[in-house]
Amino acid sequence: MDQASDEARWTTMLELALDGDASAYQSLLQRLAAALRTALRSRARRAGLDDEDVVQEVLLALHMKRSTWVRGTPVAPWVAAIARNKIVDAHRRRGSRPEVSIENIVETLQADDDGDTLGEAHDLERLLAKLPAKQRLIVSEISLQGYTALETARRLNMSEVAVRVALHRSLKRLSAALRGRP
Amino acid sequence: MRTEALIRALVADNKQPVVPISRKLLIAVLSGMVFSVGLFAITLHVRADIGQAIRTVRFDFKLIATLTLAVTAAVGLPRSARPQDGAASAWTLAAAPLLVAVAVAVDLLMGPHEWLRRLVGQNALHCLLLIPMLSLAPAMALLLALRSGAPLNPKAAGARAGLLASGLGATLYALTCPDDSPLFIATWYTIAAGAVTALCAYIGRYALRW
Repeated sequence: MDQASDEARWTTMLELALDGDASAYQSLLQRLAAALRTALRSRARRAGLDDEDVVQEVLLALHMKRSTWVRGTPVAPWVAAIARNKIVDAHRRRGSRPEVSIENIVETLQADDDGDTLGEAHDLERLLAKLPAKQRLIVSEISLQGYTALETARRLNMSEVAVRVALHRSLKRLSAALRGRP
Repeated sequence: MRTEALIRALVADNKQPVVPISRKLLIAVLSGMVFSVGLFAITLHVRADIGQAIRTVRFDFKLIATLTLAVTAAVGLPRSARPQDGAASAWTLAAAPLLVAVAVAVDLLMGPHEWLRRLVGQNALHCLLLIPMLSLAPAMALLLALRSGAPLNPKAAGARAGLLASGLGATLYALTCPDDSPLFIATWYTIAAGAVTALCAYIGRYALRW
Protein backbone atom coordinates (compact mmCIF):
# COMPACT_ATOMS: atom_id res chain seq x y z
CA MET A 1 0.00 0.00 0.00
CA ASP A 2 1.59 3.28 -1.03
CA GLN A 3 1.45 6.38 1.11
CA ALA A 4 -0.97 8.42 -0.99
CA SER A 5 -3.75 5.84 -1.00
CA ASP A 6 -3.08 5.05 2.65
CA GLU A 7 -3.62 8.68 3.48
CA ALA A 8 -6.79 8.88 1.38
CA ARG A 9 -8.12 5.79 3.14
CA TRP A 10 -7.56 7.30 6.58
CA THR A 11 -9.38 10.45 5.49
CA THR A 12 -12.38 8.46 4.24
CA MET A 13 -12.46 6.38 7.41
CA LEU A 14 -12.42 9.39 9.69
CA GLU A 15 -15.17 11.05 7.67
CA LEU A 16 -17.29 7.91 8.03
CA ALA A 17 -16.48 7.77 11.74
CA LEU A 18 -17.58 11.37 12.29
CA ASP A 19 -20.88 10.46 10.61
CA GLY A 20 -21.35 7.78 13.27
CA ASP A 21 -19.94 4.67 11.52
CA ALA A 22 -18.73 2.62 14.50
CA SER A 23 -16.82 -0.03 12.55
CA ALA A 24 -14.96 2.58 10.49
CA TYR A 25 -14.03 4.39 13.69
CA GLN A 26 -12.87 1.23 15.42
CA SER A 27 -10.79 0.12 12.49
CA LEU A 28 -9.23 3.59 12.09
CA LEU A 29 -8.33 3.81 15.78
CA GLN A 30 -6.72 0.37 15.58
CA ARG A 31 -4.65 1.39 12.57
CA LEU A 32 -3.68 4.68 14.20
CA ALA A 33 -2.74 2.84 17.40
CA ALA A 34 -0.45 0.55 15.42
CA ALA A 35 1.09 3.45 13.50
CA LEU A 36 1.59 5.47 16.68
CA ARG A 37 3.14 2.50 18.43
CA THR A 38 5.71 2.14 15.66
CA ALA A 39 6.34 5.88 15.49
CA LEU A 40 6.63 6.46 19.21
CA ARG A 41 8.40 3.34 20.45
CA SER A 42 12.02 4.41 20.18
CA ARG A 43 11.18 8.01 21.07
CA ALA A 44 9.34 7.03 24.24
CA ARG A 45 11.85 4.40 25.35
CA ARG A 46 14.72 6.81 24.95
CA ALA A 47 12.91 9.17 27.29
CA GLY A 48 12.08 6.45 29.79
CA LEU A 49 8.34 6.57 29.07
CA ASP A 50 6.10 3.57 28.58
CA ASP A 51 5.27 3.79 24.89
CA GLU A 52 1.85 2.20 25.25
CA ASP A 53 0.87 4.80 27.86
CA VAL A 54 1.68 7.51 25.34
CA VAL A 55 -0.24 5.67 22.58
CA GLN A 56 -3.35 5.47 24.78
CA GLU A 57 -3.02 9.06 25.84
CA VAL A 58 -2.82 10.16 22.20
CA LEU A 59 -5.82 8.00 21.21
CA LEU A 60 -7.90 9.55 23.98
CA ALA A 61 -6.85 13.06 22.89
CA LEU A 62 -7.64 12.28 19.22
CA HIS A 63 -11.09 11.20 20.31
CA MET A 64 -11.78 14.23 22.53
CA LYS A 65 -10.46 16.66 19.91
CA ARG A 66 -11.90 15.08 16.77
CA SER A 67 -13.93 18.26 16.10
CA THR A 68 -10.65 20.00 15.20
CA TRP A 69 -9.97 17.78 12.20
CA VAL A 70 -11.07 19.37 8.91
CA ARG A 71 -13.03 17.00 6.68
CA GLY A 72 -11.24 16.02 3.51
CA THR A 73 -7.77 16.91 4.79
CA PRO A 74 -4.94 14.43 5.50
CA VAL A 75 -5.24 12.65 8.85
CA ALA A 76 -1.56 11.96 9.56
CA PRO A 77 -0.39 15.57 10.13
CA TRP A 78 -3.36 16.20 12.44
CA VAL A 79 -2.63 13.02 14.42
CA ALA A 80 1.05 13.93 14.56
CA ALA A 81 0.27 17.41 15.89
CA ILE A 82 -1.88 15.97 18.66
CA ALA A 83 0.69 13.27 19.40
CA ARG A 84 3.39 15.90 19.65
CA ASN A 85 1.40 17.89 22.21
CA LYS A 86 0.77 14.76 24.27
CA ILE A 87 4.40 13.66 24.18
CA VAL A 88 5.48 17.07 25.40
CA ASP A 89 2.90 16.74 28.18
CA ALA A 90 4.08 13.26 29.13
CA HIS A 91 7.64 14.55 29.38
CA ARG A 92 6.54 17.52 31.45
CA ARG A 93 4.77 15.32 33.96
CA ARG A 94 8.02 13.46 34.42
CA GLY A 95 10.00 16.65 34.64
CA SER A 96 12.08 16.23 31.51
CA ARG A 97 12.51 18.56 28.58
CA PRO A 98 11.56 16.97 25.26
CA GLU A 99 12.83 17.58 21.77
CA VAL A 100 10.01 16.46 19.53
CA SER A 101 9.93 17.29 15.88
CA ILE A 102 6.54 16.96 14.31
CA GLU A 103 7.94 16.13 10.87
CA ASN A 104 9.54 12.95 12.15
CA ILE A 105 6.28 11.78 13.65
CA VAL A 106 4.42 12.35 10.36
CA GLU A 107 7.04 10.41 8.43
CA THR A 108 6.89 7.39 10.69
CA LEU A 109 3.11 7.55 10.84
CA GLN A 110 2.88 7.34 7.09
CA ALA A 111 5.59 4.77 6.69
CA ASP A 112 3.85 1.99 8.58
CA ASP A 113 0.37 1.26 9.69
CA ASP A 114 0.60 -2.50 9.96
CA GLY A 115 2.50 -2.70 13.22
CA ASP A 116 1.49 -4.57 16.37
CA THR A 117 -2.18 -4.44 17.22
CA LEU A 118 -1.83 -5.48 20.83
CA GLY A 119 -0.75 -3.27 23.64
CA GLU A 120 -1.29 -2.79 27.32
CA ALA A 121 -0.48 0.10 29.63
CA HIS A 122 -1.15 1.26 33.15
CA ASP A 123 -1.50 5.04 33.40
CA LEU A 124 -5.15 5.06 32.35
CA GLU A 125 -5.97 2.18 34.66
CA ARG A 126 -4.58 4.08 37.63
CA LEU A 127 -6.67 7.14 36.70
CA LEU A 128 -9.72 4.97 36.08
CA ALA A 129 -9.44 3.74 39.66
CA LYS A 130 -9.92 7.33 40.84
CA LEU A 131 -13.28 7.79 39.07
CA PRO A 132 -16.53 7.58 41.04
CA ALA A 133 -17.62 3.95 41.43
CA LYS A 134 -20.57 4.19 39.04
CA GLN A 135 -18.52 5.77 36.25
CA ARG A 136 -15.75 3.24 36.77
CA LEU A 137 -18.22 0.40 36.52
CA ILE A 138 -19.73 1.75 33.30
CA VAL A 139 -16.34 2.25 31.65
CA SER A 140 -15.27 -1.24 32.60
CA GLU A 141 -18.53 -2.83 31.36
CA ILE A 142 -18.00 -1.24 27.96
CA SER A 143 -14.23 -1.30 27.57
CA LEU A 144 -13.13 -4.39 29.48
CA GLN A 145 -16.24 -6.58 29.28
CA GLY A 146 -17.11 -5.42 25.77
CA TYR A 147 -20.81 -4.74 26.33
CA THR A 148 -22.60 -2.11 24.25
CA ALA A 149 -24.07 0.95 25.91
CA LEU A 150 -27.54 -0.57 25.59
CA GLU A 151 -26.47 -3.87 27.16
CA THR A 152 -24.70 -1.99 29.96
CA ALA A 153 -27.84 0.05 30.56
CA ARG A 154 -29.93 -3.13 30.92
CA ARG A 155 -27.37 -4.81 33.18
CA LEU A 156 -27.13 -1.80 35.49
CA ASN A 157 -30.81 -0.96 35.28
CA MET A 158 -30.18 2.51 33.86
CA SER A 159 -31.33 4.31 30.74
CA GLU A 160 -29.09 4.09 27.69
CA VAL A 161 -28.76 7.89 27.66
CA ALA A 162 -27.55 7.88 31.27
CA VAL A 163 -24.91 5.28 30.37
CA ARG A 164 -23.72 7.36 27.41
CA VAL A 165 -23.56 10.52 29.51
CA ALA A 166 -21.60 8.72 32.25
CA LEU A 167 -19.21 7.23 29.70
CA HIS A 168 -18.61 10.63 28.11
CA ARG A 169 -18.01 12.28 31.50
CA SER A 170 -15.56 9.53 32.46
CA LEU A 171 -13.54 9.99 29.28
CA LYS A 172 -13.53 13.74 29.81
CA ARG A 173 -12.27 13.27 33.35
CA LEU A 174 -9.58 10.87 32.23
CA SER A 175 -8.34 13.27 29.59
CA ALA A 176 -8.43 16.18 32.06
CA ALA A 177 -6.43 14.12 34.55
CA LEU A 178 -3.81 13.44 31.89
CA ARG A 179 -3.42 17.12 30.99
CA GLY A 180 -0.01 18.52 31.77
CA ARG A 181 0.30 21.36 34.22
CA PRO A 182 2.00 24.60 33.25
CA MET B 1 -5.74 -1.45 30.41
CA ARG B 2 -5.40 -2.96 26.97
CA THR B 3 -5.48 -0.49 24.15
CA GLU B 4 -8.23 -2.54 22.51
CA ALA B 5 -10.40 -1.91 25.58
CA LEU B 6 -9.79 1.84 25.42
CA ILE B 7 -10.73 1.83 21.72
CA ARG B 8 -14.04 0.08 22.55
CA ALA B 9 -14.86 2.85 25.03
CA LEU B 10 -13.97 5.56 22.50
CA VAL B 11 -16.09 3.95 19.78
CA ALA B 12 -19.03 3.67 22.20
CA ASP B 13 -18.67 7.39 22.94
CA ASN B 14 -18.86 8.33 19.24
CA LYS B 15 -22.66 8.42 18.96
CA GLN B 16 -23.31 12.16 19.04
CA PRO B 17 -22.79 14.03 15.79
CA VAL B 18 -19.47 15.88 15.87
CA VAL B 19 -19.83 19.64 15.44
CA PRO B 20 -16.73 21.07 13.72
CA ILE B 21 -14.81 23.55 15.86
CA SER B 22 -15.38 26.33 13.30
CA ARG B 23 -19.14 25.99 13.72
CA LYS B 24 -18.85 25.91 17.52
CA LEU B 25 -16.95 29.20 17.35
CA LEU B 26 -19.57 30.73 15.05
CA ILE B 27 -22.37 29.71 17.41
CA ALA B 28 -20.40 31.11 20.36
CA VAL B 29 -19.79 34.51 18.79
CA LEU B 30 -23.41 34.83 17.64
CA SER B 31 -24.88 33.93 21.03
CA GLY B 32 -22.38 36.19 22.80
CA MET B 33 -23.43 39.06 20.53
CA VAL B 34 -27.14 38.43 21.13
CA PHE B 35 -26.38 38.90 24.81
CA SER B 36 -24.30 42.06 24.25
CA VAL B 37 -26.86 43.64 21.92
CA GLY B 38 -29.50 42.94 24.58
CA LEU B 39 -27.29 44.56 27.20
CA PHE B 40 -26.80 47.55 24.91
CA ALA B 41 -30.55 47.85 24.32
CA ILE B 42 -31.30 47.78 28.05
CA THR B 43 -28.56 50.03 29.42
CA LEU B 44 -27.49 52.29 26.53
CA HIS B 45 -28.93 53.97 23.48
CA VAL B 46 -27.77 54.85 20.01
CA ARG B 47 -26.57 58.46 19.99
CA ALA B 48 -29.30 60.96 19.19
CA ASP B 49 -27.58 62.46 16.13
CA ILE B 50 -26.96 59.08 14.47
CA GLY B 51 -28.77 60.22 11.30
CA GLN B 52 -26.22 62.97 10.73
CA ALA B 53 -23.27 61.13 12.19
CA ILE B 54 -23.59 58.30 9.73
CA ARG B 55 -22.99 60.76 6.89
CA THR B 56 -19.69 61.93 8.35
CA VAL B 57 -16.42 60.28 7.44
CA ARG B 58 -15.19 60.34 11.03
CA PHE B 59 -18.13 58.33 12.37
CA ASP B 60 -18.06 55.83 9.51
CA PHE B 61 -14.34 55.45 10.00
CA LYS B 62 -14.89 54.39 13.61
CA LEU B 63 -17.18 51.57 12.52
CA ILE B 64 -14.82 50.53 9.72
CA ALA B 65 -11.88 50.38 12.15
CA THR B 66 -13.68 48.32 14.81
CA LEU B 67 -15.26 45.98 12.26
CA THR B 68 -11.88 45.52 10.59
CA LEU B 69 -10.47 44.41 13.93
CA ALA B 70 -13.33 41.93 14.40
CA VAL B 71 -13.10 40.50 10.88
CA THR B 72 -9.31 40.11 10.82
CA ALA B 73 -9.40 38.38 14.22
CA ALA B 74 -12.31 36.12 13.19
CA VAL B 75 -10.69 34.93 9.96
CA GLY B 76 -7.82 33.12 11.70
CA LEU B 77 -9.71 31.98 14.79
CA PRO B 78 -10.77 28.46 13.68
CA ARG B 79 -7.22 27.84 12.57
CA SER B 80 -5.79 28.89 15.92
CA ALA B 81 -8.15 26.36 17.58
CA ARG B 82 -6.49 23.46 15.73
CA PRO B 83 -3.36 21.56 16.71
CA GLN B 84 -1.41 22.05 13.46
CA ASP B 85 -0.34 25.25 11.70
CA GLY B 86 -1.02 27.42 14.71
CA ALA B 87 0.84 30.41 13.28
CA ALA B 88 -2.23 31.67 11.43
CA SER B 89 -1.12 34.77 9.53
CA ALA B 90 -0.99 37.22 12.45
CA TRP B 91 0.07 40.06 10.15
CA THR B 92 -3.49 40.69 8.91
CA LEU B 93 -4.26 41.75 12.49
CA ALA B 94 -2.19 44.86 11.80
CA ALA B 95 -4.92 46.17 9.46
CA ALA B 96 -7.06 47.85 12.14
CA PRO B 97 -4.17 49.54 14.03
CA LEU B 98 -2.78 50.68 10.67
CA LEU B 99 -6.11 52.20 9.66
CA VAL B 100 -6.29 54.08 12.96
CA ALA B 101 -2.69 55.28 12.65
CA VAL B 102 -3.34 56.64 9.15
CA ALA B 103 -6.51 58.37 10.34
CA VAL B 104 -4.66 59.97 13.24
CA ALA B 105 -1.94 61.22 10.88
CA VAL B 106 -4.47 62.68 8.45
CA ASP B 107 -6.39 64.27 11.31
CA LEU B 108 -3.28 65.88 12.78
CA LEU B 109 -2.17 67.16 9.37
CA MET B 110 -5.55 68.74 8.71
CA GLY B 111 -5.73 70.59 12.01
CA PRO B 112 -3.02 70.29 14.61
CA HIS B 113 -4.86 72.68 16.94
CA GLU B 114 -6.63 71.46 20.05
CA TRP B 115 -5.30 67.94 19.69
CA LEU B 116 -5.24 67.42 23.41
CA ARG B 117 -8.94 68.21 23.74
CA ARG B 118 -9.74 65.75 20.98
CA LEU B 119 -7.57 63.10 22.59
CA VAL B 120 -9.19 63.40 25.97
CA GLY B 121 -12.67 63.74 24.48
CA GLN B 122 -15.74 63.75 26.67
CA ASN B 123 -16.13 60.12 27.55
CA ALA B 124 -12.80 58.44 28.11
CA LEU B 125 -13.90 56.65 31.27
CA HIS B 126 -17.21 55.71 29.70
CA CYS B 127 -15.31 54.13 26.82
CA LEU B 128 -12.88 52.27 29.08
CA LEU B 129 -15.75 50.69 30.98
CA LEU B 130 -18.31 50.07 28.27
CA ILE B 131 -16.12 48.42 25.62
CA PRO B 132 -15.04 45.65 28.02
CA MET B 133 -18.62 45.32 29.27
CA LEU B 134 -19.99 44.86 25.73
CA SER B 135 -17.12 42.49 24.83
CA LEU B 136 -17.49 40.25 27.84
CA ALA B 137 -20.23 37.90 26.61
CA PRO B 138 -18.70 37.12 23.19
CA ALA B 139 -15.26 36.79 24.82
CA MET B 140 -16.42 34.27 27.39
CA ALA B 141 -18.52 32.33 24.85
CA LEU B 142 -15.54 32.13 22.49
CA LEU B 143 -13.15 30.99 25.22
CA LEU B 144 -15.64 28.33 26.24
CA ALA B 145 -15.92 27.11 22.64
CA LEU B 146 -12.12 27.14 22.29
CA ARG B 147 -11.89 24.79 25.25
CA SER B 148 -13.21 22.01 23.04
CA GLY B 149 -10.52 22.89 20.50
CA ALA B 150 -6.88 21.89 20.52
CA PRO B 151 -4.94 25.14 20.09
CA LEU B 152 -1.24 24.76 19.36
CA ASN B 153 -0.72 28.06 21.15
CA PRO B 154 -3.37 28.53 23.88
CA LYS B 155 -2.28 32.07 24.72
CA ALA B 156 -2.45 33.23 21.09
CA ALA B 157 -5.83 31.56 20.60
CA GLY B 158 -7.16 33.32 23.71
CA ALA B 159 -5.77 36.65 22.51
CA ARG B 160 -7.40 36.24 19.10
CA ALA B 161 -10.75 35.51 20.76
CA GLY B 162 -10.24 38.69 22.81
CA LEU B 163 -9.51 40.75 19.69
CA LEU B 164 -12.64 39.46 17.97
CA ALA B 165 -14.80 40.11 21.04
CA SER B 166 -13.41 43.59 21.63
CA GLY B 167 -13.79 44.46 17.94
CA LEU B 168 -17.47 43.57 18.21
CA GLY B 169 -17.88 45.24 21.62
CA ALA B 170 -16.21 48.40 20.31
CA THR B 171 -18.48 48.40 17.23
CA LEU B 172 -21.53 48.39 19.50
CA TYR B 173 -20.02 51.05 21.73
CA ALA B 174 -19.21 53.23 18.70
CA LEU B 175 -22.95 53.57 18.09
CA THR B 176 -23.43 55.38 21.39
CA CYS B 177 -20.02 57.07 21.75
CA PRO B 178 -20.17 60.81 20.91
CA ASP B 179 -16.41 61.13 20.29
CA ASP B 180 -15.47 60.63 16.65
CA SER B 181 -11.91 61.93 16.74
CA PRO B 182 -9.30 59.43 15.47
CA LEU B 183 -7.04 60.46 18.35
CA PHE B 184 -9.74 59.49 20.82
CA ILE B 185 -10.15 56.11 19.17
CA ALA B 186 -6.42 55.52 18.90
CA THR B 187 -6.08 56.12 22.62
CA TRP B 188 -9.11 54.90 24.51
CA TYR B 189 -10.54 52.26 22.18
CA THR B 190 -7.06 50.78 21.93
CA ILE B 191 -6.57 50.68 25.69
CA ALA B 192 -10.00 49.07 26.21
CA ALA B 193 -9.52 46.48 23.45
CA GLY B 194 -5.98 45.82 24.66
CA ALA B 195 -7.20 45.12 28.19
CA VAL B 196 -9.85 42.67 26.95
CA THR B 197 -7.29 40.97 24.70
CA ALA B 198 -4.70 40.71 27.47
CA LEU B 199 -7.26 39.22 29.83
CA CYS B 200 -8.34 36.65 27.23
CA ALA B 201 -4.72 35.76 26.46
CA TYR B 202 -4.08 35.25 30.16
CA ILE B 203 -7.17 33.08 30.58
CA GLY B 204 -6.31 31.20 27.39
CA ARG B 205 -2.85 30.39 28.62
CA TYR B 206 -4.29 28.37 31.47
CA ALA B 207 -7.80 27.40 30.43
CA LEU B 208 -7.08 26.38 26.84
CA ARG B 209 -4.37 23.84 27.52
CA TRP B 210 -5.44 20.34 26.53
